Amino acid sequence: MKVELRGITKRFPGVVANADVNLSVEAGEVLALLGENGAGKSTLMNVLFGLYHADEGEILIDGKPVVFNSPADAIASGIGMVHQHFMLVPVFTVTENVMLGVEPTGPMALLDRKKARDRLLSLSKEYGLEVDPDATVEDLPVGVQQRVEILKALYREANSLILDEPTAVLTPNEIRDLIQIIRTLKQSGRSVIFISHKLKEVLQIADRIAVLHRGRVAGITTPQETNEQQLATLMVGREVQLEVSKETAQPGEDVLVVDDLEVLDDRDHKTVDGVSFKVRAGEILALAGVQGNGQTELVEAITGLRPPLTGTVSLNGKDVTGRSPRDLFRKGLAHIPEDRQADGLVVSFPIEDNLVLNTYNEPEFSRGLAIRRDRVRESAENLVEQFDIRTTSTTAAASTLSGGNQQKVIVAREFTHADELLIASQPTRGLDVGSIQYIHEQIVAKRDEGVAVLLVSTELDEIFALADRIAVMCRGRIVGTLDRKGATRDRVGLLMAGETEEAETVPGEMAPTPTEDES
Amino acid sequence: MTAAAERAPVARADLIKRGARTALVPLLSLLAAMVLGGLVMIVTDPDVLPYWAAFFRNPGRAVTVSWELVSDAYEALLRGSFGSMNAFSETITNATPLVFAGLGFALAYRAGLFNIGGEGQILAGATTAVWVGFSFDLPAVIHLPLALVGGIVGGAIWGFIPGILKARTGAHEVITTIMLNYIALSGLNYLLKTTTFLRPGRSDPISQIVNDSAQLPAFGDYRMHAGIIVAGLTAYVVWWLLFRSTLGFEFRSVGANPSASSYAGMSVGGTYVTVMMISGALAGLAGASQMLGVRHYMSPGFLGYGFDAIALAILGRNHPVGVFAAAILFGALRAGGLSMQAATATPIDIILVIQALIIAFMAAPALVRAIFRIRAETVVESEAVTKSWGT
Repeated sequence: MKVELRGITKRFPGVVANADVNLSVEAGEVLALLGENGAGKSTLMNVLFGLYHADEGEILIDGKPVVFNSPADAIASGIGMVHQHFMLVPVFTVTENVMLGVEPTGPMALLDRKKARDRLLSLSKEYGLEVDPDATVEDLPVGVQQRVEILKALYREANSLILDEPTAVLTPNEIRDLIQIIRTLKQSGRSVIFISHKLKEVLQIADRIAVLHRGRVAGITTPQETNEQQLATLMVGREVQLEVSKETAQPGEDVLVVDDLEVLDDRDHKTVDGVSFKVRAGEILALAGVQGNGQTELVEAITGLRPPLTGTVSLNGKDVTGRSPRDLFRKGLAHIPEDRQADGLVVSFPIEDNLVLNTYNEPEFSRGLAIRRDRVRESAENLVEQFDIRTTSTTAAASTLSGGNQQKVIVAREFTHADELLIASQPTRGLDVGSIQYIHEQIVAKRDEGVAVLLVSTELDEIFALADRIAVMCRGRIVGTLDRKGATRDRVGLLMAGETEEAETVPGEMAPTPTEDES
Repeated sequence: MTAAAERAPVARADLIKRGARTALVPLLSLLAAMVLGGLVMIVTDPDVLPYWAAFFRNPGRAVTVSWELVSDAYEALLRGSFGSMNAFSETITNATPLVFAGLGFALAYRAGLFNIGGEGQILAGATTAVWVGFSFDLPAVIHLPLALVGGIVGGAIWGFIPGILKARTGAHEVITTIMLNYIALSGLNYLLKTTTFLRPGRSDPISQIVNDSAQLPAFGDYRMHAGIIVAGLTAYVVWWLLFRSTLGFEFRSVGANPSASSYAGMSVGGTYVTVMMISGALAGLAGASQMLGVRHYMSPGFLGYGFDAIALAILGRNHPVGVFAAAILFGALRAGGLSMQAATATPIDIILVIQALIIAFMAAPALVRAIFRIRAETVVESEAVTKSWGT
């Protein structure tokens, strides 16, 4: 099935999200849609999926114009979409999720689960989408949940699949599996539109690459004709540096020492199980690991947000276990939380208020009970300029900023006070290439000032760009600590997946392809 | 000329524009509610309905009679609330406790708390204020402020309880405050039978009378009293506290995003306790002003300002200026409603209908915009009236 978009323009009050976009994808082709956040990728796909109505332009399927008023119309025409945030009912089984909305019924309008289950099994065999049809969705790892979403689309006879940032939530191994699945889909004659802002995987998967910049198609190319640097330039609209230049670390004294820490999560599961490590002044220790292996709770315990069960946290030789976040902040600890909108910002507050979220009651900004508004404003104007936060006014709400600029607000606030230790959790998640470059440079600059940096990341690219040492966390434990020089992507990837022995025996070399899902 | 001085007039114009935009939906809600209220009057009036039954014989008559009914009622309402000095005094008298109670609700709301315990906090404040008022013999300059402080303390204690329960155990304030309303009511019934409170020579539960030295002075022969001045000052203090102080910064931050607030080093639980105490204290002042300014003694039963306060705070968008204006409006509806009932036989319950409709429209700003065909403004943070219910 050939899908074609012709002259699509979509306007929102004050913004043109898509301007005269022409794209097509043939049967058996993988088209990558590459662009920064806010470039209009999602809007375009929502137009194609019937969630938005284009102001101008038309959609053609196999050369015939169609009008989609709702996703139901799009699905009926053979278009399937796997959203970035899955649309699954966690307490339902895989079969129930897949049949939801198109339930087969038997006599007396009873649900025919068996029919659905059989069809699901045959689909899953045909496309190599291994999944237990009777498992409850909430018990499945994210990668398998994604397969359920793909199966859902196939069950509805999708000939053209839209995958919205499908790799954002996956482990390196799961990404490898996904690429295999996409190849199978392609061989079966289906077309795939793959949305991403990651250059490496786009080059790996796509047959053709369309780059979107500010709502327009900035270029269409193929992986053979292009390279990372060229794509990045098209995507950002200017020359960008992909590698962070940094000197060898000059580590000093131990700043952060974590000793045998055990932490419980909200459901009283021990998610940090005897973790010990240290970070020295002037070095970046990257804590690598797949999301949900205890990093979040570990950071919360170090930053005073969650009392640890046992173990100690010391800062510059002093035991600070269980101290309040404010105490630790005053001792020179700065923290970039992993979820910037939930934990880093009060998005309804003006930028200037967000910039003093932890310093509003310091003498610099207050006198008695009164906040010194003039000083807050003055400091905000300086920081906005210094950190190049793109906004019209410091009184604009933080919610009006793009993700990259929101992160810059947090970086501006935290870096000003990162005197001893900087903890950066997923500092570039969801950001575009330009912002990633900027934030990486800032982190390296902090290190060179002699600050100890603990970087928590799930992205191998980021870990290898920044780390001086790499500690890999899996199931609440540190399963290996490597020096940057001796580390390879494969070794770290395997350690992240929990395959410790294998990693030990095959040091640094290409590992065998995984056969089992980690769960 | 300094840069700041140059900017000032622009800032003021900007402020007025912003204020007008913020007030637009509340004003249109009021208008829509009055129109619907008028329709309710028409369809519930036994004298007017026959004309509608005969609509096809004489359509003009039905419309005229209905118009007369509604316009007479609203005219009486207006006359009874602002038509004379006495009417104005009644409006202000009714509005005074509503200002305090509305400020109390609004402050808690800004910190993300839905304090529906205003009624109980009002009773607690009223009771302590009355007790201070009749128990001591002091010169007025000391006694009156002391009695007001009594009201503050009583309300603050009644606000502290749900605050500490929420901070320590996570107990939802909607549940605890509503329960504490009834505890306050029963507590009052008990207290009124004790010898401390019981008026000498009486056996029914009625308290002693507040000494003259603790009474809020009235304006001339009118019922309105100095409480409205205290209310205006309090609105200013609450505004300053919310928008100019470090404490208010914490309140609003915790209200908008408790998680980010604790990451930034604020104590969320501590903020809840402080907010509930101040919110309760404001409600306590509502009770104290009514006791020291109008009634001068306690008797069993709620004073009946706590729930109107929620409605008017929402109408005033939980901003001290808006709350003050909305309290005057609600005071006018109360005062005017009485004389409307007397003059036109329109039942005073229609006032409740109008108040309820105002809130219904406030809760659905999109509906108001659709009716009046105005374009959506950028989302105002206090627009989500029901936001704290789910948590």
